[in-house]
Amino acid sequence: MSPPPPAHAGPAPLADEAVLVGRLKAGDRAAFAELVGRHGGALLRLASTFVKDRSVAEEVVQDAWLAALDGLDAFEARSSLRTWLFSILANKARNRAVREGRSLPFSALGAAGGDGEAAVDPARFHADGHWLEATAAWSVEDPERLAGGAETRAAIERAIAALPEAQRAVVTLRDVEGLEAEEICNLLGLTLTNQRVLLHRARTRLRQALAEFMDGAR
Amino acid sequence: MLTCKQIAELATAYAEGQLGFGDRLRFQLHLGLCADCRTWVRQLGVTARALGRLPAPELPKELEAELLRRFEDWKKKR
Repeated sequence: MSPPPPAHAGPAPLADEAVLVGRLKAGDRAAFAELVGRHGGALLRLASTFVKDRSVAEEVVQDAWLAALDGLDAFEARSSLRTWLFSILANKARNRAVREGRSLPFSALGAAGGDGEAAVDPARFHADGHWLEATAAWSVEDPERLAGGAETRAAIERAIAALPEAQRAVVTLRDVEGLEAEEICNLLGLTLTNQRVLLHRARTRLRQALAEFMDGAR
Repeated sequence: MLTCKQIAELATAYAEGQLGFGDRLRFQLHLGLCADCRTWVRQLGVTARALGRLPAPELPKELEAELLRRFEDWKKKR
């Protein structure tokens, strides 16, 4: 029986993962290598949203895997393995931040995540709330081609890197990794409203970056 | 009637299914009448979906090798 096609590029089908986790608990090295291959890159990408330095991000990833091995018996497959690994990684990144005397930006979200500020520049609207200028169509609106094309992908990745940390973490978890909003709130200690505000700001900035790229490429 | 400015602020709440019944209807009504907002909201969705198709970075080979070494240690003390 072949596994169903993944709805999202991220997490692998659960049944198959459960088998791998079972083999891992029995000490199967190949199963560990397979799981590291599947989730290692995503963990590194998430770690890079918490810590700027690449080598520190790699250390956080290593810490997370070792902690996952030590805590393996506690994993009950109520969440997907990837979500579980993400939560371990977020804790590791948080502990490291505390040790280094800085806190992750999420602790200060009360103020930063409020509704005070508009996500889209108010200068783009008439006083009556209509757009000042017509929204230009894009030459490419196929997500596959946007992510696959070298230039558009580079534009997207540059724009993600330029986001404020909290926005970057939320949009990475929601749109890049496909986690549910509630899972992200648990992981980052956010309210649903803060999570949505951060996601909206990130998406509008990334849309704007793509719009400017298309405009420049015209 | 919602304004374009309000649509631009509510677009993610709409897409994430977090608008109440009345706001959802008002949002849809505006989109039905406003081509600019239709384009803008569609592009916002396209952006989000493109993110889901970005390839994950590769784990450096040295880190992978180190993890496998650590796995052997973990197995021994288990």
